[in-house]
Formats: sequence, C-alpha cells, structure tokens
Amino acid sequence: MENIYLTIALAPLLGAIIAGFFGGILGRTATHTITILGVLVSTVLALIVFNHHVLEQGAIFNQNLYTWMQIGSLNVSVGFLVDNLTSVMLVVVSFVSLMVHIYTIGYMHDDDGYTKFFSYISLFTFSMFMLVMSNNFMQLFFGWEAVGLVSYLLIGFWHHKESAVEANLKAFLVNRVGDFGFLLGIGLVLSFSGSLDYMEVFSSLSTTVGVELWGLDLITVVCLLLFVGAMGKSAQVPLHVWLPGSMEGPTPISALIHAATMVTAGIFMVSRMSPMFELSDVALTVVMIVGAITALFMGLLGIVQNDIKKVVAYSTLSQLGYMTVALGVSAYSVAIFHLMTHAFFKALLFLGAGSVIVAMHHEQDIRKMGGLRKKMPITYWTGLIGTLALIGFPGFAGFYSKDMIIEAVHFSSLPYADWVYYAVVAGVFITAFYSFRMFFLVFHGESRVDHHTAEHLHESAPSITFPLIALAIPSAVIGYLTIDPMLFNGWLDNAITIDAAKHASMTELSKLFHGAAAMIPHALQTVPFWMMVGGIVAAWMLSLYRTQWADWIQKTFHRTNYTLESLYGFDRFNEIVFVDGIKKLGNLLWKVSDMGLIDKMAVNGSARLVGFIGSVIRPIQTGYVYHYAFFMIFSLLIILTWVLFAGDNPLLQIEF
Amino acid sequence: MVSLSDYLILSAVIFCIGLVGIFVNRTNIITLLMCVELILVAVNTNFIAFSHFLGNEAGQIFVFFILTVAAAEVAIGLAILTLLFRNKGTINVDVTNSLKG
Repeated sequence: MENIYLTIALAPLLGAIIAGFFGGILGRTATHTITILGVLVSTVLALIVFNHHVLEQGAIFNQNLYTWMQIGSLNVSVGFLVDNLTSVMLVVVSFVSLMVHIYTIGYMHDDDGYTKFFSYISLFTFSMFMLVMSNNFMQLFFGWEAVGLVSYLLIGFWHHKESAVEANLKAFLVNRVGDFGFLLGIGLVLSFSGSLDYMEVFSSLSTTVGVELWGLDLITVVCLLLFVGAMGKSAQVPLHVWLPGSMEGPTPISALIHAATMVTAGIFMVSRMSPMFELSDVALTVVMIVGAITALFMGLLGIVQNDIKKVVAYSTLSQLGYMTVALGVSAYSVAIFHLMTHAFFKALLFLGAGSVIVAMHHEQDIRKMGGLRKKMPITYWTGLIGTLALIGFPGFAGFYSKDMIIEAVHFSSLPYADWVYYAVVAGVFITAFYSFRMFFLVFHGESRVDHHTAEHLHESAPSITFPLIALAIPSAVIGYLTIDPMLFNGWLDNAITIDAAKHASMTELSKLFHGAAAMIPHALQTVPFWMMVGGIVAAWMLSLYRTQWADWIQKTFHRTNYTLESLYGFDRFNEIVFVDGIKKLGNLLWKVSDMGLIDKMAVNGSARLVGFIGSVIRPIQTGYVYHYAFFMIFSLLIILTWVLFAGDNPLLQIEF
Repeated sequence: MVSLSDYLILSAVIFCIGLVGIFVNRTNIITLLMCVELILVAVNTNFIAFSHFLGNEAGQIFVFFILTVAAAEVAIGLAILTLLFRNKGTINVDVTNSLKG
C-alpha cells in the first residue's frame, strides 16, 4: 500500500512539474492531458485506498517514509497516516480536483496562462494530499502552507487586475495571522510532548492534565491556538475577510480551493486533533460559538450581495461555520460528513456560476442576468440540484449533513448551546433565502441581459457541463448513501475520539436515527424544514413575484442594509486599525527609531563623539620633538618609580 | 678608591644634563643630537662601572656596540639635518613642528 499512497501524492506533483517547466514546449493539449492523467491516477488510487481502508476495514497505515531532520531527540519526518478519515478526504479532494481540472479546459480556454494554471492546480492537489495524509505536525504545516501558497498564486492569477493583487495580498496576510496561532500551537504541542508525531502526541496527552498556562489549562491553550490556525484557513470570523476577496481568482480555483478543499483543511485538522479537543470544554465552546457566529452572520451577508461568486462565497463561509459548529459539539464525523457533501455541492455551485459567467462574457452581476433557464438547461438543472443540496432540501446531500449538525447542537450540553441552536436554525432560513434569491435572479424571471450578450448566450462547452453533471450526482445522492455508515456505523471511528460521557451528541443522534429514508418524512415535522420552505418562498416573493417589496424593505431598513452592505465593517476596521495603524507604527519607527535613534544617535553620534574627543586632545600633539621626549621620559620616570617602590622590590635589597 | 656609587652619580648627572638639554633647548637641533649623545654616554658609563665592579666583561662589549650605533645615528641625524636645512632654511627646533595635530 505504501507505494499507492506515495503515487497518490506524487502523481499530481509530477504533473505540476511537467506542466510548470515544460508547458510552453508541450503545448496546451499535452499539458492538460498530463495533469489530468496525474490527478486521474490519484483519484483511482484514492478509491482503491478508500475501498481498502473503509469498506474492507484494512489496518491503519502509519509510517515514516523519510527522515527530514533529526535534532537531538526530535525527529521530523515525512510520513503518512492513512486511516478512514484520510481515505474520505483523499476521495473528496481527488474527485473534486479531477472535475476542476476537466472544467478548466473549457473555462480557461482563451487564457494566456493556460499551462501555468494547470501546473498550479496540480501543485495544489499535491499539497492538499500531503496535508491530509500527514502523520505529524510538521508535514501538516508544510501542506498547510503549501496550499496557502498556491491559493495566493491563484487568487492573483490575473495579476494585471489590481483588485486581484490586493485580494491575494489580503488572503496571504490574514492567513499569516492564523498560521501564527497555529505555529504557536504546534510549538506548545512540541514542548509538552517532545514529539511532532500525532500518535506520540496523543499518547502523551495525559501529561498535560492539571498543567496550567496563562490561567487556562494547557490543553485548552493548545487547542485554542490550533483553532486560530483553523480559523485562518477555514475563514471563521474574524479571520474570514480574505475569502470573499479570493473570488478575484478564476472560478475553477474558487470551486476547488475556496469552497471544496483548502478551506476545509481547518475542519479536517480539528477532526484529526479530536483527542486533544475532547479534553477541553472551553476550547470546544469557543469553536462552537465562533462557528455559529460565522454560520449566521456570514449567511446574512449573502443576502445583499449581487456578485454571483460573492453570494456563493458567503454561502461557503456560512457552511464552514456549520462545520465548525459541528466540531464544537464534538460531532466530528458530522463535520466531516458536511465537509464531504459541501465539497460536492459547493464545487458544483461554483462551477455552475463559472459556466454562467463564461456564457455572460464575464459579467458577474446577478441583476444583469435573468431568464437563463432556457438558454442553459444543463447549467440550470445542475444548479438547481446544487442549490437544493445547499439549502438542505429533504433527500439531497446537504439535507442529511445539515440536519445532523442541527440535531447534534440540539443535544449538546455545552454552555450557550441553546443560542447556537437558534443561530443554526435561523441560518437554514437565510441559506434558503440567499441561495434561491440568486437562483431566481439568474435563471428565472425576465431577461435583464444586455442585447449584445443575449445574442451569443448559449450552453457551455462539454468540458464545462461534464463536471457539472458529474458533481450533481453525488450532490444529490451522497448524503443518502453515506449517512448511515459514516455517522453511525463507524467509518470514522478509528480516526476520531469522542468522550461520549461528556459530549453525548453523537450517542443521542444514533439513538434517534432510523435510516436515511426515514429522515425525509420526519423532516416535514421539524422546524428547519419549514425555515427552509420559508426561505424559498421569501426569495420567490422578493426576487420574482413582487420585486418592489425588496426595494421597499431596503429603504425602510436602510440602516440594517447599510450594515450588511458594509460587511459589518470588518474591512473598514482592519483598514483603520491594522493597515493604517501599522503604517503609523512604521512611520514612527522610521522617524523616531531609525532616523532619530539609529542614524542620529548611533551612527552620526559615534562619529561626532570621536571628533569631539579628537578636538579635545588635539592640542597635546604639538609637533615639537622635545615635548614628545619630555612626555616619554617623564612617563617612564613615573612608571619606573612605581615599579621600584610598589611592594617589596628585590632590587632595593641588593647591596654592593 | 672610587666606589661604584661615585660612577653611578656621575652617570646620573650626565644623564640629567642630557635630559634637561633636550627639554630646555629651543634653538638648535644639533644641540639636541649632542644631548642624545650625552645620554648615551651616561648609559655607557653605567655599563662600564657595573662591568668592572661585577667582574663581567660583557658590559664593556655592549659599550662598543652602543658607540658604533651612536656614531651611525649621528651620521644619519646630521644627514637629516642637512636635508631639513635645505628644505626649510633653518634648523630651529620651534619651526620644525609639522607633526602638529
């Protein structure tokens, strides 16, 4: 199996290297064939791994393959830990990546950076594999930074656009904040366990009991710091600001990196660290609350967005919030379940949005669309499936995962869990509302497309529609097929630790669960379902039936509207406090410390001091030989006198 | 009988004359050279006196060396003096202060 794991990771890397260095020579067709083949190999092997580990319950593979460095007793290795959690992630990542690779053929068709783009997304796939297969913190951090790097490169892919460059800088900087916390967390882990290997760290967790740091349990501090890293990567409030900006990048990467895979790395990481997080109720509560805030408030922002990709981006933020909530209530497998379903339907929605954008000649404003249903039937139907999956329509993938999250919160005994429950239930209404608002505005109603574009409006090329269809199928059925084994029949049991006595959500859920089919009729009696229906109806009323009501609401509640449109002022706050603050700090350091202290005091000051001392002692050097001779002899006299009379000089005792 | 201390006193007197000559002389570099010679003579006197009274001839050998070196030094000193006079037109000590800081 070891060779299979290696091949999974290295095939996309090989593709990336070939595409990156020889893309120009090989040409477009050869480049995309090679990279797609690389990812296809990974996908097939990932399915084999999934079959081996999950379906046939093969033994966990945990082995170091290569010693990177050995410092004293600290061993930093490149190694793979492949269990069921990794297997699920491998399948999701490789499948979505494969679809995005294929989609890119159509989407980037006219772009000059065609081969470069393929090289980047293959490199991303490699990095993501290294991240999920890692068996130690150092490799996790390597993958973590590598996906961040590729994300940075791809957000700024169209670097001639100033907004793209600003967005990738923002993404880079905000992620540094998260990574700083993450790195501190890793450092603390190393300091208490003396190892970076997951299994060694988990087995030394008992040493942390009762140890305090900064007034908190050590394990709480460690978990919170690691979660700061997850907040950066998985875009949780307040480190979410980079994700909407990342929509400046080409749509395929929004689907692959900023919806399906990279942003879920934080969720994956927390699930991987479940033995640690289980020990700290404080950390779990923080995780849950941050998730709830993200889920509710980022969803609200989706309502006022008019850029098709921004709507989906805020929806992604909101769904990431849901996953984080699931982590907080110790329903790690539910979080991974939602991660998986979300990867499929959100990649589908993004790729669908990309299909619309291509057809609209890169017009992204949904107010200038409308009535695209007839012109783009495949995009329409796949988009509908994606939207239904997103809002959790009974039977679709998102329904199972989201319902489970809400129920898990319901059973949680953590403090504030009841508030979080209201937030996630309200989130269902909001999700349905903004999703269908966008859906109706794009595909239904009267066409507001301008005349010129309307003439050329047609369904996208097969390379674009094929991934849509291929993603629509799992978006529809994956929840129904996998909820039972994944959550209640132990698919993830060998990777996730839950302290069932303290955190009973999963146990309670399994008591309530009577099969995937039974959930659908049962849903009709639950609040979330009617919230969702309410959301659809509200969206229909405001965007199709009576559009003037939307204007009226906007005017009446202009203050709320302003708050939402200014994105709660996070950007403004960051700009004033951090950007301007750091500029001022920089000015201060420049003027006071650099110019004043270093230049004036240290450099020029020492020069002037030497000059001053010189001017004081210069008169001594008269140039007269007899002065020098006088000094020499007089000094010699003093020295000799001192030598002669200091102490018991044997010379004084000589008698002649 | 002349004792060692007599010689030493004589030597010290010559040394001091040479020393004072260097300090107080403000007119002539030739006088400076002569004062240096006086100091050397004082040292030589010491050497010979000790050599005699300690019964060790090495001191007298030293004196020969010192006399040779002193002769060479004076030769070079006078040559420098000639050059100095050619360039500055004077051998006054107070004028030759071009090393002044």
